[in-house]
Amino acid sequence: MLLIHCPYCGETLPELEFAYAGEAHVVRPDPSTASDEQWRDFLFIRSNAKGPHAERWRHIHGCGRFFNAVRDTVSDRFLATYPAGTPRPDLSLSEDER
Amino acid sequence: MTISPSTLVPGIIAASDAATVTMAEPVARFSLRAHAAERETVGGALGLDLPTQVGHVAGDEIEALCLGPDEWLIVAPEGLAERIARTEIDAAHSLTEITDRELTFRIDGPRATELLTTGWPRDPDSIAPGQGRRTYFDGASVIVWRDGPEEWRMDVWRSFAPHVVSLLATGCAELVAG
Ligand SMILES: [Zn+2]
Repeated sequence: MLLIHCPYCGETLPELEFAYAGEAHVVRPDPSTASDEQWRDFLFIRSNAKGPHAERWRHIHGCGRFFNAVRDTVSDRFLATYPAGTPRPDLSLSEDER
Repeated sequence: MTISPSTLVPGIIAASDAATVTMAEPVARFSLRAHAAERETVGGALGLDLPTQVGHVAGDEIEALCLGPDEWLIVAPEGLAERIARTEIDAAHSLTEITDRELTFRIDGPRATELLTTGWPRDPDSIAPGQGRRTYFDGASVIVWRDGPEEWRMDVWRSFAPHVVSLLATGCAELVAG
């Protein structure tokens, strides 16, 4: 079972308390001005990364909060978790530099 | 062991030398939501210093458990429900009575914590006595309160209660089956 660190609870907890919620940082375009292609991309086109992938999770059986995580899709290792609304951390930097 | 909702009345539900599972008498419950800027005002009106750390509990007769960054569970003696509901609070908030949504079960005895591990993926010792958490027990979202090293309370949504209690009752017997 994956162990996931919730940035709101400050605890590393079993996967069963969490729900996966798709790729993170997908920005919704203004539907009144977006082209069909932009709207299609927003709805359906995802990066499908092999390696570090920024994704949303929800601590549904816990604090209830959505947050973001960078997970390596090859190893399943969580590289970082961070609050919703904050930018994807630069993992090439050390933890103190971020 | 089969437990039907009609057999769920306050009192002992299962007991062995390992642990005892008791359905508690009714209490008043409220769900409180407030943003950080309003937390002190809202808490003050209720006579509570609302904790900000998830899992921490404040209060005595009226208890507040911090479930999330802007969410608290308020538990109080049944007779105080009306007074809490009528509290005048001069700040943006949501205070919703959820008294009948859950049933509370006490799980205590020398192996109470071990009994909980039958359906609980979390490390029980990540919760110190005096704290609580919303968590996941064998398919159900529940709230656990750790009142002592081997004394727990579990709030279970009533439609999930027969399932959860059946598992605890089976575990109670299994732990002493040798
Ligand atoms: Zn959390």
